[in-house]
Amino acid sequence: MTTNGSENESVRTVAVVRHYKLGRSIIPAVDGVSLAAGRGEFIALLGASGSGKSTLLNLIAGLDRPDSGAIVVEGSDLATMTSEQLAQYRRHTAGMVFQSFNLVPTMTLYENVELPMRFAEVRRRERRARAQEALERVGLSDRMQHRPSEMSGGEQQRAALARALANRPKILLADEPTGNLDSKTGKEIMDLIQELNRTLEMTVIMVTHERPLAERYAHRLVFLGDGKLVGELENSRLEKIGAGR
Amino acid sequence: MRAYDLVELAGRNLREAGLRNSLTTLGIGVGVASLVAMLSLGVGLQKLATRQLGRSGLFDTIIVTSRQDGRGPRFAQAAPVVAQPKPLDDAARHGFERMPEVAEVYPNFSAVGDIRLDNANLKGDGHFTVVGTLPQSARTSEAMDEMQGSFFSAPDAQEVILLTDFGRELLGLPPEPRNADVKLSADQAKQLLGNYISLRYHTRETAESQPANNKTAKKKAEADPDGLDQAGSLEGEDAQTFNLVPRQVRLKIVGIVSSEPNRGFRQGRTPVFLPLAVAESLNMVQAGELWNTLRPAASKTYIALMVRVNRSKAVTQVEDEIKKQGFNTFSIVDASKGITRFFKFLDMFLAIFGSMALAVASLGIVNTLVMAILERRREIGIMKALGASDGDVKRIFFFEAATMGLLGGMLGAGLGWLIGHVINFGTNIWLQRQELRPENFWYVPWWLVALALGFSVLVSLFAGLYPASRAARLDPVQALRHD
Repeated sequence: MTTNGSENESVRTVAVVRHYKLGRSIIPAVDGVSLAAGRGEFIALLGASGSGKSTLLNLIAGLDRPDSGAIVVEGSDLATMTSEQLAQYRRHTAGMVFQSFNLVPTMTLYENVELPMRFAEVRRRERRARAQEALERVGLSDRMQHRPSEMSGGEQQRAALARALANRPKILLADEPTGNLDSKTGKEIMDLIQELNRTLEMTVIMVTHERPLAERYAHRLVFLGDGKLVGELENSRLEKIGAGR
Repeated sequence: MRAYDLVELAGRNLREAGLRNSLTTLGIGVGVASLVAMLSLGVGLQKLATRQLGRSGLFDTIIVTSRQDGRGPRFAQAAPVVAQPKPLDDAARHGFERMPEVAEVYPNFSAVGDIRLDNANLKGDGHFTVVGTLPQSARTSEAMDEMQGSFFSAPDAQEVILLTDFGRELLGLPPEPRNADVKLSADQAKQLLGNYISLRYHTRETAESQPANNKTAKKKAEADPDGLDQAGSLEGEDAQTFNLVPRQVRLKIVGIVSSEPNRGFRQGRTPVFLPLAVAESLNMVQAGELWNTLRPAASKTYIALMVRVNRSKAVTQVEDEIKKQGFNTFSIVDASKGITRFFKFLDMFLAIFGSMALAVASLGIVNTLVMAILERRREIGIMKALGASDGDVKRIFFFEAATMGLLGGMLGAGLGWLIGHVINFGTNIWLQRQELRPENFWYVPWWLVALALGFSVLVSLFAGLYPASRAARLDPVQALRHD
C-alpha cells in the first residue's frame, strides 16, 4: 500500500490497465487510464458501450484487479491488497449500486440493508439503528418487511442505495443507476445521489451513457473510448462540495 | 462474519431450497443408518461371542495339577517329573489366590452320592449320582440366565442347585426326548424349589488297625480292584487304614438350571451342585480320591485346582508363574485373541459396505451444493460486492454442508438404531419359535453413535470442500454481469 496524492484526494488511478482474453485475442478493456477524484467530488464516467467505463468502475470498487497500474483509494493501493483486504475495502470504504439493483430477492428490504453489516460484524442492535437510518434517508422506512419483488424499480434502487450506505462508506460507486428506470424515477434517484454527495460529502463516481444526466448532476465529466481516457470536462454549472481538484 | 450470522445465512439458504436439502439430508441419513446398522451388527456379534466364551469359563481358567503323578485331565501337558514334586495342597492353593490377576481358585470337586427327595407325596427311590460344586463366581455363568429359582443364598448355605432333567428324574417324570432343554413347568418347579433333599455320602475317616475284611475295605475293593493286594500286604506297616463312613445331610433345593454352569473342563455329566464351601466342609470322598488315599501323604492334597483369572489376557502370565512354581498347567489361550482379530476384519468389511451408502450420499451433497452455486451465483456476487470475503462465502457453504451432515447423521443414527431393534425383535421372535434363547445380535453403543455423527459431519465437510472453494472463487464481476 502506498500513500499518494494530497490530503483531499479520494481516488486516484495511475496508468491502470485491464485486459480480457477472448479466445486468442486480448481485449484491452481499460488501457492506461489515469484519473483522480477529490473528496466529495461527483464524477460521471461517460462512453459508448465497450468503452471500458464499467470495467474501470469495478476496478475502483475492488471487485476486479488491474493487470498493471495503481488504484489508490483513501491512501491505499488496491492493486497490492490481498483478497481479504479487498473484501475489507469493499465492506467499509466503497458502496455500490447497480443498474439491475442486485437486491437479494429472498430477503426483505431490512435484511438486504442488514447484509453488508453482517460482513462488517456490526452488532445486532446497532445494525437495526443503522438500517433504519439508511432507509429513512431514502424514504423507505415504512417498507422494511417487504421483499424486492413487491416494490417498484425506483423503490428497489432506493433500497440498494440504503444498502450501499449501511456501512457508511466514503465513496459511492454507481453503475448506470438509472438504466432500468423511467426518466421521472431516474431523476428521483439522481436527486437522492446528489443529496448524499452533498450532505454526507461522499465521493461519487457514476458510470452512465446519458450525457444530459451527467451534465445535470456531475461536477466533472470523464469520457472514455476503447479503454482510454479521451477527454474531461469540468461542469461549471455546479458547485463542488468540499475542495475537489 | 460472526458465528450467528453464519448460522442465520446458512440456515436461510438451507430453508430456501428446503425440499432439495431435505432429500440430500435424508440420503446422508440412509448412508449413516447403513453404516450404523452394519457396525452395530459387528459389535453385537462380537459382544455375543466374547460374552458366551467369557462365561463358558474356557478362556479365563487355568487347570493346575501336581507333577507328583500323571493324573489330572488327560489333556494336561506332560512335564518331566522333578526330584521333589510340590504337592497341590492348601498352601499351594492360597499361594495361587494371592497372585495378581487371579480372581478365584477352586478345586475340581466331584463326588458321588445318593439323593432322595424329602417329600411325603413323592417317596422316590434313591438316585445315585455325581455331585459337583459351584464357586461363587458361577452366579454370573450363562446357565444362570434361565435358572428357575435362585443362586445359593450364601457361600456356605446348605443348599443345592439341580439340572432340569435330574429334577425330572426326582419327580419320577419321563425324560424329555432328544435331550431338549425343556424347562420344568411352574407346577413341577414348585414341587422341587424350596423343598429338601437328603444326600447320602461317605466321608473318609482314618481308623487304627481295622480288620481288612470290614465293610469299608470291601467297598473300596469294589471300586478299585487293583488295590486288593495292597490292602493285605501293607497292613500294620503304616496307619493307612481308613473307614468310609456313610453320612447324610439335608439340603434345600434353591435353583434348577437346564445346562451345567461353569462347565469349563468338567468331564462327564454332573446334575447336582453344592456350594463349594459346603462340599469341602462335608469332607466327602471324591471320585478320584482313591489314588490319594493309597499314597502316603501328610496333608490333604487336591487332584486339580481351577485358577480363574480376571481377564483372559492374563492367562499366559499367570500360567507361566504357576509353572515356575513347579505345577502342571493347562489352559486355552489365544482363542479370544483370534476372535478379536476375526471381528476386527468383520467390522472392517461391514464398515466398508456401510460406508458405500454414505459415499453415495456425500456425492448427493456435492451435487446439491454445486446446484446451489449455480442458482445462487448472483447472490454470491452480491455478497462479495457488499464486502463478503472469499472465506465468508466458503464458510457459508461449509456450514450448509456440515448442517446437512449433522442432521443426516442424527437421522441416520436413529434410523440405524431402529433398524437394529426391529431386526433384534424379528430374530428373537424367530428364535423363540425355534425354542432357542433370544439373543441381541444388534448392539448400538454410544461411541458408535458419536462416531457416526462425527464421521457424517466429516464426510459432509469433505463433500463441501469442492463446492465451497468453487463458490469462494466465483468472480463477482462475472456473477453480477447483467444479461
